[in-house]
Amino acid sequence: MSTLKYFAIIIVFISFAGCNNDKKLPIYGQREAKITKDGIDTVYQTIPAFAFLNQDSVMITQNVFKDKIYIADFFFTSCSTICPVMHRNLKTVFDEYKENPDVMFLSHTIDFKYDKPSVLKKYAQKLGVDGKKWQFVWGSKEAIYTIAEKSYLTVVEEDSTARDGYIHQGWLVLIDKEKKMRGAYDGTKTEQVEQLKKDVAILLKEYKK
Amino acid sequence: MRKYLIGSIFLIIIYSCQSSQEIEYAKYMSNGKDIYIANCQNCHGEKGEGLGELAPPLTDTTFLKTNKNDLACIIKNGVNKEMIINGKKYDGKMPGFNFADIDIAQLMVYITNSFGNKQGMYTYAQVAKDLNSCKP
Ligand code: HEC
Repeated sequence: MSTLKYFAIIIVFISFAGCNNDKKLPIYGQREAKITKDGIDTVYQTIPAFAFLNQDSVMITQNVFKDKIYIADFFFTSCSTICPVMHRNLKTVFDEYKENPDVMFLSHTIDFKYDKPSVLKKYAQKLGVDGKKWQFVWGSKEAIYTIAEKSYLTVVEEDSTARDGYIHQGWLVLIDKEKKMRGAYDGTKTEQVEQLKKDVAILLKEYKK
Repeated sequence: MRKYLIGSIFLIIIYSCQSSQEIEYAKYMSNGKDIYIANCQNCHGEKGEGLGELAPPLTDTTFLKTNKNDLACIIKNGVNKEMIINGKKYDGKMPGFNFADIDIAQLMVYITNSFGNKQGMYTYAQVAKDLNSCKP
């Protein structure tokens, strides 16, 4: 009788552990069905190729993020409202995954007029994260605003009536190694940033096979 | 007996004066905290710890004491000059906040009595005075 009880407990345990291992993050963005020779396949939206100047004035492309998961956001250095909070919070994620080479960070400036690479460099240094792991990039208005809205699903706009001249959302967007969007977190809310930390761990597990 | 009576009336007066001052101070502290959370905490932090070298901490009690008469101007007009806080150099830009004098007074009471600072009360009459002598 008591062995049976133990058995039951162990089975319950195993099934729980099984659930945990199977936990996967959703995939965001548009999808379409594609007919292949094996049947129907789902094709997910991915981040398209890009080329932006980083804080060291080097033109970077997706090659930099090859075999990495990364967290992307949109900000500008003279933003005096939500950006300091977003980056204060994102820096805690950076610190947590400092030693993990598979995790990177990509902050795009939306202030194409003022935030040239040298300004981004100074900002990165002052935030205390200047290095390869966290890329700060500048691009043309057209290129940055398009990728923000179409690919990272983040609203950014010039608006002379806003406090600093722009309005934008504070999303931290999680991108997997296949360039698919796996999560979006409000960078101004500590609970959501805590969730992001957990989700990064879950996503990393998908690649440990 | 009369002596006691007078004495105790005296005491009551002192006591009630003091507590109304204390109530005023507590009110300033709690309103000041709300204004701080809504406008300043993003850069200066929940514990006044600052943000890297982008924004200085508010824990330099000597700086806040020696520059007390400039704080109202810093808050109202913003500031963009080199300053040494806790021995470290900062040269970022702080935006101005067009607050009413009473809000500035409450905010100042909060920051000069938190994060290790202990400077006591600061009235809005003093704010008006300090704002009159802002350096360009
Ligand atoms: C956008 C970020 C930002 C915001 C918001 C901000 N500050 Fe500042 N603050 C700064 C920077 C940067 C400096 C240093 C400026 C310099 O070096 O010229 C500073 C300096 C100060 C100083 C003097 C230096 C020190 O650390 O003691 C005080 C006091 C201060 N701020 C209080 C406030 C208060 C009160 C608020 C809210 C009304 C506020 N700040 C909002 C960025 C900010």
